[in-house]
Amino acid sequence: MTRQPLTMTNSVLDTLMPMHLLVSACGTIRRAGPTMSKLREGPLAGQAFSTLFTVRRSRRDPTGEESFIPLNQKLHLVFCDPPKTSLKGIAVPVLGSSDILINLSFGLSVVDAVTDYELNSADFAATEMAIEMLYLVEAKSAVLEETKQLNARLQGAKIAAEEQAYTDTLTGLKNRRAMDHVMERMTSSKVRFGLMHIDLDYFKSVNDTYGHAAGDAVLQTVGRILSEETRGDDMAARVGGDEFVLIFNRFTEVSRLVKTAERIIERLEVPTIWEDAQCRISGSIGITTSDFYDTPDVARMLADADAALYLSKDKGRACVSVHDPAVGQEAKGAPLGPPADRAGQQAGRLG
Amino acid sequence: MHGLVNRAIQCFLRDTYGSATWSTVVETSNIGFNDFEAMFVYPDSVTVAVIESACKTLGKPADVILEDIGTYLVTHPNTESLRRLLRFGGETFEEFLYSLNDLKGRAQLALADIEIPNLTVEETAPGAFSIGVDFSQPGYIYAVMGVLRTMADDYGALVYLERGAREGTVERIEVFLLEASFAEGRSFDLAARQGA
Repeated sequence: MTRQPLTMTNSVLDTLMPMHLLVSACGTIRRAGPTMSKLREGPLAGQAFSTLFTVRRSRRDPTGEESFIPLNQKLHLVFCDPPKTSLKGIAVPVLGSSDILINLSFGLSVVDAVTDYELNSADFAATEMAIEMLYLVEAKSAVLEETKQLNARLQGAKIAAEEQAYTDTLTGLKNRRAMDHVMERMTSSKVRFGLMHIDLDYFKSVNDTYGHAAGDAVLQTVGRILSEETRGDDMAARVGGDEFVLIFNRFTEVSRLVKTAERIIERLEVPTIWEDAQCRISGSIGITTSDFYDTPDVARMLADADAALYLSKDKGRACVSVHDPAVGQEAKGAPLGPPADRAGQQAGRLG
Repeated sequence: MHGLVNRAIQCFLRDTYGSATWSTVVETSNIGFNDFEAMFVYPDSVTVAVIESACKTLGKPADVILEDIGTYLVTHPNTESLRRLLRFGGETFEEFLYSLNDLKGRAQLALADIEIPNLTVEETAPGAFSIGVDFSQPGYIYAVMGVLRTMADDYGALVYLERGAREGTVERIEVFLLEASFAEGRSFDLAARQGA
């Protein structure tokens, strides 16, 4: 018994392979599946295969003859005219004729193709994974979008947390951690800078006389003054209860630093009004700069600024001293006049 | 460049040379953060700065570092998933080479905003393949060469790679497949093993 070769009606061909092309030996398209026909205006049948498609050749033809359509191997086609959709598939000879049957699918271009050609699920062969693929791509994109948003939120929260961890919440200035970090970075990257250590005078008596709320109001005023007296890339930090450190980026000229310090003291001495009380304070300041050291060291510079500050205190407060690298410390800049109403606070200061 | 690419560079430096080396690169490149996030996109200048710092820190030229990154990507246990995705390309090294034509499209199907080299593979003579590498950043041809060399070992194939001529933005790698099954190669199973 001889086996009948398998024959197929056109409608069976359309059902099983809605993206097929039947091409004659001379390269004319004889018929196209229903989905294939949707990809171009007008009928495909009758058109020359090579004017419609470019064959992307990766493999050499093992026979050495370049047939216009490589048979029995993975086939990549691209439409010559836009949209230049790429198609993948396989071409096989048709038994008993010189025609070539090509079965195609979109492969990676399926996502764009459904938009470009307004395709729906009925346009794909029942065995095609295209719909599952589209579903997966959409689901994956939705999940990825959520992940991205979560990442952005976490990143924002991280920045906010770091910002808070570097900020003194009462004054809005930076804190000691931030100062250590900035000084460490500046000394290691050899940026020149001026360092000012400020200790408030008579602050304790404000606290004792008018209460902590008044003290907080004074500290907030101080915070505002110090941030106004520093530039964008300088840093003002509150490093203790009534202690502050200013770092002046690329600003090491001693005479100008002293002038700045004197202006700060003048501004500190303007009384803060708290309820009906006039809260008066002043400040003592010690200055050093990175220029004084061959290799500036954070701890050493802070200690020197601190020593200069205590020299200012010893000289009767409200004055500015500059660290002298040669002699230790030496006072520069005369003490300013005492605040108008200092007498009443002397006791508090001594106590 | 995409966070995944930057993250891969970071993991390579960290896994190969240790955390201290990565910290040095962070400091000297002035990128201003300690870790790349895989799902962010960073300006190309950040990646350039990191590679430059890595060159200075390790005292190696960028070509060598990029090729080592390529090798790392398909050999280190931390990046096993990438090796698996590449092995999906085919049963043999030759099939794998042809699958590189689709690599960028496949990657962008997974991550629409990832930028990786566009590869075009052609057979020029029996066992000889020419791969065009088109990418916005120079030097990444070496990363591709690292991946190819290591994937050949993965398939057990014996290959010889050569840098070809450059045409515009497209650089070329010439691959000579000397023996398809030279060694055992590493095993690959389409089904991902649970917990593997």
